[in-house]
Amino acid sequence: MSAPLLEIDRLAVSFRAERGRVHVVDRVQLALAAGETLALVGESGCGKSITALAIMRLVPRPGLIEAESRICFAGRDLLSLPVAEMRNVRGGKIGMIFQEPMTSLNPVTRVGAQVEEAIRLHAKVPAGEARRRTVELFQTVGIPDSGIRVDAYPHQLSGGLKQRVMIAMAMAMQPRLLICDEPTTALDATIRAQILELIRNMATTTGAAVLLITHDFGVVNAVADRVAVMYAGQIVEEGAREELLSRPRHPYTQGLLRSIPRPEARGNRLEEIKGVVPRPGQWPQACRFHPRCPHAFDRCRSETPARTVVSPTQAAWCHLVDEEARA
Amino acid sequence: MVVYLVRRLAYGVLTVFGVMLLLFVLFFGVTNPDDIARKAVGERAMPEVYVQWKKNHGYDRPMFLNTEHGVFDGRRYSDTLLFEHFRRLLSFDFGRSDNGDEPIARRLREGAGPSLSLTLPLFVLGLVLGIGIALLAAFFRETYIDRAVLLVCVVTMSVAGLLFIIGGQFLVGLLLKWFPVSGFDPNATVIARFLALPVLIGLVMGFGPDVRLYRTVFLEEMNRDYVRTARAKGAGDARVMLAHVLRNALIPILTNVVMAIPFLFTGALLLESFFGIPGLGSLTVDALNGNDFAMLRTMVYLGALAFIAGQILTDVSYALADPRVRLS
Repeated sequence: MSAPLLEIDRLAVSFRAERGRVHVVDRVQLALAAGETLALVGESGCGKSITALAIMRLVPRPGLIEAESRICFAGRDLLSLPVAEMRNVRGGKIGMIFQEPMTSLNPVTRVGAQVEEAIRLHAKVPAGEARRRTVELFQTVGIPDSGIRVDAYPHQLSGGLKQRVMIAMAMAMQPRLLICDEPTTALDATIRAQILELIRNMATTTGAAVLLITHDFGVVNAVADRVAVMYAGQIVEEGAREELLSRPRHPYTQGLLRSIPRPEARGNRLEEIKGVVPRPGQWPQACRFHPRCPHAFDRCRSETPARTVVSPTQAAWCHLVDEEARA
Repeated sequence: MVVYLVRRLAYGVLTVFGVMLLLFVLFFGVTNPDDIARKAVGERAMPEVYVQWKKNHGYDRPMFLNTEHGVFDGRRYSDTLLFEHFRRLLSFDFGRSDNGDEPIARRLREGAGPSLSLTLPLFVLGLVLGIGIALLAAFFRETYIDRAVLLVCVVTMSVAGLLFIIGGQFLVGLLLKWFPVSGFDPNATVIARFLALPVLIGLVMGFGPDVRLYRTVFLEEMNRDYVRTARAKGAGDARVMLAHVLRNALIPILTNVVMAIPFLFTGALLLESFFGIPGLGSLTVDALNGNDFAMLRTMVYLGALAFIAGQILTDVSYALADPRVRLS
């Protein structure tokens, strides 16, 4: 297998706090092959959005990407790239769309102009050409009356249309990687499937890989090839979608999947994971999930779990899985 | 938009009437014409001089209703202080000054030029400098650059304006002799020499509050999601700050700025009087000191008009700058 398109290793992001630094992302390891769709799943506050922003080197202040982190994209170390070259990567090689289409577009600029800006920042094209391409892009992302809508202001468009504009903007330069940070969370349920479908189609036709950040297993099921589950700033399990969804090995993944409401379990009490998500800076020692884990034993409290391969396409960071594999 | 403007103007007219009424109470009720005349001619003047002065300045009319010449004569009926007050202000026919007995209109015409030659450069430079420095401070937030700017702001805001004026005149005018201490000459070749010091000191005096306000607005905008989007599509720092942050921050800044435009015409009280610039500001100060009530009344009225005009202008500029604002 050739080198993956994106390879993240020992990624750590910390924020300055009253005493010392608080890590919100801690030694995250991830790989994404060209054209692949990876879903990064986890509860809010687990560090998945910060991981995505770290790839773009857009971690908000006072957040800091720690020195030992490595993010390798298409053979280049993004974290050591000069700022000017990093700007070429942003929007040019990696596109990104965000959770809130309502606030993610500049409210006082026409949406077409915002997409044109994305084009002209990376390609030396005359204004007319940029506009023509923008209208075309609007058609591609399914915005009706695209020739008129390019001159609309964001507040004149619905949430779904705004997210389509965001997708058009992110895909304008046909990036090799599209990062979607909860792209459907802020949208109506009826629009969600359309937007997911659009993201998948755009990725397929351009051959872009997708890093999809979500907390919704419905979304995972609809679009992901592979899934990585994050808890308390770390990856706890990763694997091919079907395998991971049907045979989750990490107790956290199992708990997450059990807590999804299902039609056949109607009438029964919905299962939940006991306890609450620990806040950054208050993460437990050793295995961070052990206080909430129904299977925790001595080793979980004293030793940080390592990556245990359970199949060629699945791995978990769990002592229980490790002991089972050894047995 | 047009409907809104018409309504806003109608409200403006109502407000102007309110202002005129208030002015009447202040200038003819609180200080009555007898006091004004007494002050103008002096306590020991002959009664005939006093009566003649009142007659010359039109202060001898009855207050509200003129019944001297019979109730059936409509014109005489309204020949009163109240009607005269409204008629003059509404028609911008301000009459003659109490002090010096000059046409007020001429004084205004002569004062507007010197006032504008001071306030206009002060306004433009203050705006450009304030926005530029605030942008820098916001961009370098929480670094020593930002802290230095804030320190200068707080220090200049804490020191009384008079100290800057007198200190500046002493240092730059007397010790360094770069510019004249005060004075004015409208001649184009030398006007800049006379204006340099007051403009400089005006900038220092206005710097603090403006920069602090703009910086706060910029910082607020810089944290918004669309700024992150702009960075994510590859925009550099300069583009993010100028094309995105500044463009959005302009909306709240406009309120502060547009409001000030009509007041450029009414001049700067402190600077003009201390630097001997014969503008409308020093005219107002002179009127205050010289008990020139007719002049003062005019200036207060024009100030109120400027305020109302500023408010309407602010609303309109809001609508022009922010596509989300619909005036209705």
